[in-house]
Amino acid sequence: MPANAQRLLELADDELILGWRNSEWTGIAPMLEEDVAFSSIAQNEIGHARALYELAARELGTTADELAFDRSPDEYHCSKLVQLRLVPDWARTIARHVVYERADQQRLEALKDSDDAELAGLAAKIDREEAYHRMHAQMWAERLAEEPRFNEALAELEALVDARDEHLPELGELWDEMTMVRRSVAGATW
Amino acid sequence: MVTAEQVWEALAGIPDPEIPVISLVDLGVIRSVDVSGDQVRVEFTPTFLGCPALEVMRDAMTDRIAALGAEPEVRVITDDSWSTDRITPEGREKLRASGFAPPAPRENGGPQLVQLRSNAFRCPYCGSRDTALENIFGPTPCRSVRYCRSCRQPFEQFKTI
Repeated sequence: MPANAQRLLELADDELILGWRNSEWTGIAPMLEEDVAFSSIAQNEIGHARALYELAARELGTTADELAFDRSPDEYHCSKLVQLRLVPDWARTIARHVVYERADQQRLEALKDSDDAELAGLAAKIDREEAYHRMHAQMWAERLAEEPRFNEALAELEALVDARDEHLPELGELWDEMTMVRRSVAGATW
Repeated sequence: MVTAEQVWEALAGIPDPEIPVISLVDLGVIRSVDVSGDQVRVEFTPTFLGCPALEVMRDAMTDRIAALGAEPEVRVITDDSWSTDRITPEGREKLRASGFAPPAPRENGGPQLVQLRSNAFRCPYCGSRDTALENIFGPTPCRSVRYCRSCRQPFEQFKTI
């Protein structure tokens, strides 16, 4: 696979899987505000994934939906960090949010300087939305700063950011759920 | 033959699917209209990439242009050349009159938490600046929720993008 498509897929897969993980809080977050926040963040991440899959799809001669949903679980390039199913552990969920947003910011800064003008423009647009995710993460990091479970989770999860070669069994479970409708439609041509 | 003015006028009649008080032209998301013979090419930017109304807006634009007897091509632009600073003065007033506080101007470096926590935001109902951030996120990705301590009214604040 071309290096550029590979890079796009890593990013898109991270955003898609994290979007699904965040949406697992919809309806059951510790307070209504967070129900709304995590649902909205999930919606944004999946929107970013779609735009990134579209760029990758053009390079690979396929479609965004096929990239998102028609690969087998071991073909995803997402970080182990986003694969983890963290419901109902709020402290670890916030720790992942903080760790992810920090790593994502560095990645987006680099992509904004990309020679590929379309990718640089998309990264800049994504970054404007992510600014709100970072502010949300910052508010929670301040609130949980003295909480040992949060601080332990930060250290534990930081180590997973660059782990992309290993797939956790829970990614397979998420994949089953995520692709169930698409795989079950009678007469589908995909 | 259709003119660019006719196309702009037709597009100005399309309400935002999620905030119908404001049109797509008021929002500033229509970046360009190019007419070449019977072909009309429109470029537009979604406010947020995950906007679920993207397809609805694209179909509405296609229909309005086709109704003028032209052949539409709608291109979605996903760069950062649109910001909420492009919402027209009329659009801002329409938002405010409907209880949505219009976005603060985008400054260098974009929005900061210290700003969201400050009293820089005005209540669209009573005009007071004694307002507090309730939630960075709201009913759609483009809105935050604030609370006015003066008239005790929660309200929606259009995010600065």
